[in-house]
Amino acid sequence: MSRRTVKPKPQAAEFTTVVVLRLYVAGGAPNSMQAIANLEAICAEYLKDGHKLEVVDVLENPRRAMAEGVLVTPSLSKLSPQPVAQVIGNLSDKRQVMLALGLKPHGG
Amino acid sequence: MYTHCRGRDRQVGKLGTCDGTVAPSNRRPDIATAKTSVHPLAKLPTGIDGFDQLSHGGFPRHRTSLIIGGPGAGKTVFALQCLVNGARRHRAPGIFVAFEESPRQVIANGATFDWGLPGLAAKKLFFMDAHLSPTLVKAGDFDLVGMLAMLAAKKQEMGAQWIAFDGIDVLRTLLRDPAAEMRELYRLRDWLSDQALTAIVTAKAEGRSAEAGHYGFLQFMVDCVVRLDRRQEDRISASTLQITKYRGSGYESAEFPLSFGPSGIEVGATKPPDIEHKASTERLSAGFERLDVMLGGGVFRGSSTLITGVPGTSKTTLAGKFVEAACRRGERALFISFDESADQIMRNLSSVGIQLKAHVKSDLLRMHSARTEGISAEEHLLKIGALVREYRPQCMVIDPLTAIAKSGALGAARTVANRLIYMIKDDGITLLVTALSETEGQGGEATDLQISTIADTWIHLSYLVRSGERNRALTIIKSRGTPHSNQVRELVLSNAGPSLSDVYTAGGEVLMGTLRWEKEAEESAKKIRYRAEVDHKRRELQFAEANTSAQIKALQLNLERQRAELSLYAGEGDVHTASSSQRESELRRRRGADPAEGPARKNGNGAAR
Repeated sequence: MSRRTVKPKPQAAEFTTVVVLRLYVAGGAPNSMQAIANLEAICAEYLKDGHKLEVVDVLENPRRAMAEGVLVTPSLSKLSPQPVAQVIGNLSDKRQVMLALGLKPHGG
Repeated sequence: MYTHCRGRDRQVGKLGTCDGTVAPSNRRPDIATAKTSVHPLAKLPTGIDGFDQLSHGGFPRHRTSLIIGGPGAGKTVFALQCLVNGARRHRAPGIFVAFEESPRQVIANGATFDWGLPGLAAKKLFFMDAHLSPTLVKAGDFDLVGMLAMLAAKKQEMGAQWIAFDGIDVLRTLLRDPAAEMRELYRLRDWLSDQALTAIVTAKAEGRSAEAGHYGFLQFMVDCVVRLDRRQEDRISASTLQITKYRGSGYESAEFPLSFGPSGIEVGATKPPDIEHKASTERLSAGFERLDVMLGGGVFRGSSTLITGVPGTSKTTLAGKFVEAACRRGERALFISFDESADQIMRNLSSVGIQLKAHVKSDLLRMHSARTEGISAEEHLLKIGALVREYRPQCMVIDPLTAIAKSGALGAARTVANRLIYMIKDDGITLLVTALSETEGQGGEATDLQISTIADTWIHLSYLVRSGERNRALTIIKSRGTPHSNQVRELVLSNAGPSLSDVYTAGGEVLMGTLRWEKEAEESAKKIRYRAEVDHKRRELQFAEANTSAQIKALQLNLERQRAELSLYAGEGDVHTASSSQRESELRRRRGADPAEGPARKNGNGAAR
């Protein structure tokens, strides 16, 4: 499990909403590794302003994952802001991920 | 074709009328006999009535079994029932992974059976909600690694021995990639074999060909495949079960009827055929005396009686009389009717002198009226089974049994009717069922349900229409173990209840009703006339006799007088001769003539005279 928080940059104070994400992965399974990479890329591109990402390894914390309603891995939850959303898969479908997270593509 | 016949054979075998019961073990002697020797494969009994016999012991232990079938075929119930039985009977906890329905739904559905599922679900069973939310967004490939890790943790925690994956086919729609699906299924299989769990996987399959394409590899992967089938027959479905694969074990390969009873799935013709109902020699009244006489003293306790007839032949009246007789003996009775309220039936029966209300009040009699519209035969079976368990009657009436076939397939209804009768007989309840026959005359005695073969006693009621009258006739077609009457009787209903009258046969025709009454009146008039005639004749003869004897007397008197006269005349002749010779000699003496001159003179005198 690892927590990475990117603090919002002070000069971009008008975007104060912090996106809280939680990604459930299964150890070093290929899909899980890809999901982490894909999500980090998206965050770097679109959520520079501020986001919180928690990566939970289901193999290490199966009970917690079960309690939190995880079924398949990898699985991404957007906990805040509302509405909450859930995305499953290795997040290779960038368009779907961004739709679910409520992000607008650049220059679009 | 073969599989079908086998299914039937087993059914027949259950009746004990055919030796088909030995056949199953004969089929694969090499493996079937292995039961007694070393078993190559450890099995876990499912506890499902019949299935353990067909599979020679249950599902393979620590292996995966697949249940495939169309929607509503009973896959979920089957899987859940295995887990429930494992938990209840062997204290083996189980995990149920629900892909299709939420655990709440699964538990609610299972609560309709007598498993005590809600209680078990809290203690021995764990339900995992694998029902993916529709709001879920899929963005790329995923796998089951995380889920299996969670299940492994849960299994460790509760010591689970069984696991069921219900609706694994949902994975296909999610993965949208056959290769990925196959990968996940293999992952699942490897995980299962590592975990030493006995697993049941269910998958939907519409029709045979489609299922073969999609689940061919799934069937190769698992060790045992059970196919559940639900076919539409006459608007209602008939379910069957077939084991199509069992690695390393013998099994019954036929298609067997499957039904849903109060305790869940039961596979048809499954009770060991050698179980016999206790045959009582105690006779019970079938309702009223003359009927009992016809039946050689009544019906046997624990037997089943079938009354057939077209509408209006007083089947219900006879059933009511049977129940009343039971209540009078102080026995508990259950009267199940269809589409007619209990009140109405009691009112109608009271018009022919059958009073049931008092027995209902004293709780000796339970009247139950059920609707038939849109209710399948299996549901009726469930309800009736529950009623019997709850009320525990000694005598029971189902009026009419044919109502269960009203909505739905005839084939299913037949199976259910058989099962119902056997179920009631197993409980030692004396049963009377009525059945509507649709047609009168040839074949009209047989019912659609074909239950006449399993009924012990069969009474048929019919109409005889002649001279503007419709009269009821009662015949006993069969009565097992009883020298019953072969006579047709007229069934007469009056305020005092039903009774039977002898019928007249005149010129080869059976007379009933008014014709019978006329015939009876005619006969009695004839008798009176005859008696009068005889009296008259006797008197005439007596008179003639008296007359004759009087004549005889008169004649005798006459005879005597004549005889007397005759004898008188005979005497007078002598006197006359004597006196004339005396007078002659006197004359001669007086004349002074010669004394007797000799006979010649005398003769001469005589001659001269």
